[in-house]
Amino acid sequence: MISKIKTPSDLEVLRQAILSRQDPNKQVLRVCCTTACRAGGALDIVKNFKEELAERGLQDKVEVKKTGCRGFCEKGPVMVIEPEEIFYSEVKPKDVTKIIDYTLLDGRPVKRLLYTDAETRKKITNEKDIPFFGKQVRRVFSKTGKIDPTQIQDYIAEGGYRALAKALTTMEPEEIIEAVEASGLRGRGGGGFPTGRKWRACWEAPGSARYVIANGDEGDPGAFMDRSLMEGDPHSIVEGMIIGAYAIGANEGFIYVRDEYPIAVEHLSIAVEQATSLGLLGKDILGAGFDFTIEIERGAGAFVCGESTALMNSLEGRVGEPRAKYVHTVASGLWDRPSALNNVETWANVPLIIDRGAEWYASTGTANSKGTKIFSLVGKVQNTGLIEVPMGITLREIIFDIGGGIRKGGKLFKAVQTGGPSGGCIPEHKMDMPVDYDSLKSLGAIMGSGGMIVMDENTCMVDTAKYFVNFLMSESCGKCVPCREGLEQMHEILTNICEGNGEAEDIALLERLSSLMMDTSLCALGGTAPNPVLSTIRYFRDEYEAHIFDKECPAGVCRNPGIIRVTEFGCESPLRFYEYCFACPQFKDGCPDLSLSRTMLEGKRKLVFSDKLDSEDTVNAKEFHCLKPLSYFEKSRNTCGRQGKCREEGLLVDLLSGKKELVHSGTRLKKS
Amino acid sequence: MMVRITIDGQIVHVKRHTPVLEAAKQLEIFIPTLCYHKALKAYGACRLCVVEAFRNGRSKLVTSCNYPAEDGLVVFTATDRVKTARKGIMELLLARCPEVPQIQQLAEKMGIKAVRFKKKGDRRCILCGLCVRACEELVGVSAINFTSRGTEKKINTPFGIESKVCIGCGSCTYICPTGCVEMVGGGSPSDGRSMNMGDLALAGCPNNYECEACEIDREFIEEFKRVVKDVRAKT
Repeated sequence: MISKIKTPSDLEVLRQAILSRQDPNKQVLRVCCTTACRAGGALDIVKNFKEELAERGLQDKVEVKKTGCRGFCEKGPVMVIEPEEIFYSEVKPKDVTKIIDYTLLDGRPVKRLLYTDAETRKKITNEKDIPFFGKQVRRVFSKTGKIDPTQIQDYIAEGGYRALAKALTTMEPEEIIEAVEASGLRGRGGGGFPTGRKWRACWEAPGSARYVIANGDEGDPGAFMDRSLMEGDPHSIVEGMIIGAYAIGANEGFIYVRDEYPIAVEHLSIAVEQATSLGLLGKDILGAGFDFTIEIERGAGAFVCGESTALMNSLEGRVGEPRAKYVHTVASGLWDRPSALNNVETWANVPLIIDRGAEWYASTGTANSKGTKIFSLVGKVQNTGLIEVPMGITLREIIFDIGGGIRKGGKLFKAVQTGGPSGGCIPEHKMDMPVDYDSLKSLGAIMGSGGMIVMDENTCMVDTAKYFVNFLMSESCGKCVPCREGLEQMHEILTNICEGNGEAEDIALLERLSSLMMDTSLCALGGTAPNPVLSTIRYFRDEYEAHIFDKECPAGVCRNPGIIRVTEFGCESPLRFYEYCFACPQFKDGCPDLSLSRTMLEGKRKLVFSDKLDSEDTVNAKEFHCLKPLSYFEKSRNTCGRQGKCREEGLLVDLLSGKKELVHSGTRLKKS
Repeated sequence: MMVRITIDGQIVHVKRHTPVLEAAKQLEIFIPTLCYHKALKAYGACRLCVVEAFRNGRSKLVTSCNYPAEDGLVVFTATDRVKTARKGIMELLLARCPEVPQIQQLAEKMGIKAVRFKKKGDRRCILCGLCVRACEELVGVSAINFTSRGTEKKINTPFGIESKVCIGCGSCTYICPTGCVEMVGGGSPSDGRSMNMGDLALAGCPNNYECEACEIDREFIEEFKRVVKDVRAKT
């Protein structure tokens, strides 16, 4: 048990003590143990390492560390061996023995576990030579993947809480706010509101009690950067919050994190506990006469609770619905008191600004967007994972240089969806736009919390819009009319278009409905909900028109529930049976053979060839007038291993009963 | 502190942070609304009361029921933008509740002839939350609340079973603008009357559903408080 830190010099003494205990010759295995790698067996890898090292008596020479995310989730579980900095990907628990034999004892890398460059097919030993990491600038993520997030000593050794000591003992609250303003930091949760301005408004608001809140209620489909940050470096969030609280004058803070992130909840709780036991939280922090506590609140997973006022309602124990923000939350937020709410990533940026200075921070980025941003790069891209890049990098660099382009299969890039469900789809010809808050907005998308979903030409844009509208419809709180009713109507219109029932005026109706929702919705969920629809109409209007006028889905994704495509038949026999009968003049006049066939296809009766076996459950072959259906049952069905238990026969039943129609063209939504 | 605001070119002095809707009422400017009642906290859900507010040279659509009056605020209640928005909202409501007289009349008044959207069944509840707020803020028992979310959202008692805290005062029935809450007799006497959700045959409103300018409505609160006191004394 380390004694409490009472002054900044105590902190330095502790840091030096931790550093001096570290043996520079000791080998360190850093195994990523956050969600994605854990799913791949990272915990077993750590366990095997510990057991084997102990068996061979190496436990004092080699240290195994469970770290946070390194971002390369595509290749998980990943690990790095130091000091050689050998990067292994797709490690399996059974590889442990080999790694110890080859790398730890013999100094040779295990070639099979090294990353292979997709183009040159060369093996890459070092992490920084891998293109995925090459263009990244990891600042907020500098410690995740390096430290054990459950050990405060690791964080302190890496310079943690140095910014806190600087802020509390050498800076006035207003100086901190000025520094954050000068850094140009903007909210990382989506809105992009200048953080410094928010803090100043909260600082100036009248009232005695005030709060700081961290928003860890990440809920965008395909986004997991906040989760990784909370899992991998929880202390950076805690440190940022203490600095912010000191600047604003808050003595209480809350971290709102969704309960679906159990590891994040666990690591944050440990971080708060450890910081409290060291005296970095609690009364009279670092002797500056400033008290601050943090409470962790678990959300029940409603997407809308990521909206600031809904989050505050939820914190208060009320229904997680947004409320009007005409009086801003910085003046009247949680329990009607001044509250500064920031995304966890925003909070994690704060120590960097204080530690290295606003000028250094502002030197990265574009005119109005400073610093770096973490994106989760997912979808049809080769290297999925988490990336941290400087603001102003182009989408092309992100997707093709870092992401390695579209997955194998020869498909072409079509669009990238940024900003989560309320974001927009950006097409190929806008790929060279720099990524920052304003340029993304001008493209009809948003920065959002940083989700990037890459789509190839096999993706239908109308279907994509429908997917996001469906997500928002089920996640809307249902409080205000335009969002609740508007999304339901929007979903209906899009479903109609996708199923080939779209009408000429549907696009205009969607646009009008969108502008109504943007104008009148209560919160940002409804106000930005039309983005996926509007941006796809803007860049892919031809696809909408193809669905509506030509009844065709160019990507071959959408299907009309009333039709079956020829291509859906994997086996030809049922198809040939149907086509033969469909061409027959008796087909429409109620062919008796067909009704017999249907009872057999539905499994009610069996075919027999002998009069002796006749019963209610059988059909005698003699009853058939036409040879075609009979030959199907006799030859195709009886000789097939699946004996009619196949998907194709289900399709055949649908066709024969007239419920569905057969379409020959691969893409058409309706029979021409 | 009194502030000066301008509504449709007319100047009015009101207390700071008075809702714009209340200020407009002083000028006898009618703003339609379905979820506002002056005895209850503004909820801002129906969005029908939108007006165009100008501040710092920028205009935006705001809901007048909860937009606070600040000095120098300029508001227009009947611009084209406002009218289009209200019409759009009304259309969505009409698609949700095509058979509710108040919605029909309000829609007719706004000049809506045909609904461009598909009718979504025949629901009566517009989820304005008046009953929920009346039960919470005035009666103080919270016997009913919203359940589920989004398109599935509805008003219900906890777990959909007969409420033990309902005193049967009937305020939800009274305040419901669409006649969706129905009183049913038959509960145990100690609970007062029992309540469940259903349709209530709606008597025609003598005042064309303009609750804002309605005498009956103004008397409601006094009478209502008396009823609540009565019922509480008995139970």
